[in-house]
Amino acid sequence: MRATAESIGPPAPPRPVEWVRKNLFNDWFNALLTIVSLGFLYFALVAIVRWALVTADWRPVTVSPLLFLVGQYPRDQLWRPGFSLLLSTFLIGMSWGVWERYVKAFAIFLGILLGVLALIPLETPTITFAVRAVFLVNPLLIYLGYRIGRLGAVKGRHVAMFWLIASVLMVLVLLPGYKNIPALTEVPTSAWGGLMVTLLLAVGGIVLSFPIGVLLALGRRSSLPVVKISSILFIEVVRGVPLVTILFMFSVILALFMPAESRIDRLIRALMAMVFFSAAYTAENVRGGLQAIPLGQVDAAKAVGLTNFHVTTLIVLPQALRMVIPAIVGQFISLFKDTTLVVIVGINDLLGIGGAVLNLSPEFVRLNMEVYLFIAVIFWIFSYFMSYASLQLEKALGVGER
Amino acid sequence: MNKITKNNDGKKREAIIVCRDVHKWYGHFQALKGINMEVGKGEVIVIFGPSGSGKSTFIRTLNRLEEHQKGQIIVDGIELTHDVRNVERVRMEIGMVFQQFNLFPHLTVMQNISLAPIWARKWPKDKAEKAAMELLERVGIPEQAQKYPAHLSGGQQQRVAIARALAMQPKIMLFDEPTSALDPEMIKEVLDVMIKLARSGMTMLVVTHEMGFAKAVADRMYFFDNGLIVESGTPDDIFKRPKEDRTKLFLSQILTH
Repeated sequence: MRATAESIGPPAPPRPVEWVRKNLFNDWFNALLTIVSLGFLYFALVAIVRWALVTADWRPVTVSPLLFLVGQYPRDQLWRPGFSLLLSTFLIGMSWGVWERYVKAFAIFLGILLGVLALIPLETPTITFAVRAVFLVNPLLIYLGYRIGRLGAVKGRHVAMFWLIASVLMVLVLLPGYKNIPALTEVPTSAWGGLMVTLLLAVGGIVLSFPIGVLLALGRRSSLPVVKISSILFIEVVRGVPLVTILFMFSVILALFMPAESRIDRLIRALMAMVFFSAAYTAENVRGGLQAIPLGQVDAAKAVGLTNFHVTTLIVLPQALRMVIPAIVGQFISLFKDTTLVVIVGINDLLGIGGAVLNLSPEFVRLNMEVYLFIAVIFWIFSYFMSYASLQLEKALGVGER
Repeated sequence: MNKITKNNDGKKREAIIVCRDVHKWYGHFQALKGINMEVGKGEVIVIFGPSGSGKSTFIRTLNRLEEHQKGQIIVDGIELTHDVRNVERVRMEIGMVFQQFNLFPHLTVMQNISLAPIWARKWPKDKAEKAAMELLERVGIPEQAQKYPAHLSGGQQQRVAIARALAMQPKIMLFDEPTSALDPEMIKEVLDVMIKLARSGMTMLVVTHEMGFAKAVADRMYFFDNGLIVESGTPDDIFKRPKEDRTKLFLSQILTH
């Protein structure tokens, strides 16, 4: 039989043993390098594991996990953040069911993490049975949400609407409460803290700054001089100033100019600063994408009779935004990490709580290594999943580009 | 606006495009120096000339992808001015096919074609898709409906672009060098579609150097040079009895290479 072009496949990849011999031990120098590196890795790993399991004193982290989660939120009102968490995980599950792979890994990981957290045998009085129960229910809710999302009756726009309603409900009603309703007593934002505040700032900052940034980017290219100049002014001023400065401006200067009774809440002011800052950077990233769209696309869209609004929303923006996903996600990750700067204006986010915990007891003062490592791991988990989701999104949206 | 133009075949046709003394500048460079043209319903016009002669600029002024700064352009009774609504109305009546296809890469072939009817004509989705499918059959590639443009050959992409333009049921079709970016073996499949379209009675303005196409279906030909119409006439006039030296020289260059 004659071999055709199709029957000859690519050469088989080398077996692992061959690969090691060819790449790591092909001459005496590489062999030496391999052995030295392996030795170094071994000792480093052993040292790290020994430190984490034996030397390290994790009491600052374990003594009050609730502090890291919700800060000083009144303990008798914990059902409110608890319910918010449950609502969120249910919606995460539903998002997984509807949008599949962008959310899948995050949803599964979150479910497992919360489930495991619920079962950690900690002898802490604050971790009551009820708290454990709330955590344990999360994986079930994620799964329930997933099944409901899979049914097909729920569409993407429904899920987006649910998220909108749920976040408004959580942030404006459930968490702050009201003076006049005893069941929902007022909890001032000064009592909010920990991961809850970090996530609120990050998610709020991302969700609000994105549309503003897109509008600014379009404004910067507008043919209307007023729109164009004000967009450029906003973008260039905000980008030319450090985030810390903007945070101070919003928390101190804004407060000075407003009468005490109509003052905007401290947390909201910090959020506004984050949104402004992030919007300016989003605008520049999006502008990069807009500039990369060939003029022929606009010509063709106009030529078939689309209005300028439709040319932008149906043809230009979808292509431009897809192009800048990596840049935008990178910027959102840095916004997420930048939320730690709110410590400076007196908000106890995750990092602020870390500092506070170190001062809880004289014994803890020298344990900053443990506390900050713990916080770093939490930040890493969320950041990693953001970049993972963006990769999935890019792959899924890249369909037509090959 | 019922001006009657007299054509070479002696039939009287209602003018659908009237251009009077159209001028266009890019900065200080004058691209069009006073173009006069009347096109009757159902006429097929071929425009040719050296690059930079203003022929592309001219047909782009007809649906106001380029603004003319002096003169008058009236399409289907609507004068093109700064009034955006007039421009949008005219664009809905004019289909355009580009040299570089300009298909929307993020949409499938089906979505490319049904987009404008859905959003500009407000057709329901199923009606627009049914019409799109019929157009794809007309240009000979119904099996490609669910593919993305990047997965098609150049000739197939240009046929999709023609279908996309036809989807708005235009009264006039503009072609801006539709075969110049194609490999030689794909030119024919696109020209065949255009010839079929011309014979179906569509009013067409075609910027092209495909003289075979011009001989087959053109009613009149215009030779552009340096922002002006140098010579016009039937294909017979142009090919057999060109009057201007510039025309003769250009024809000898493109016909004998």
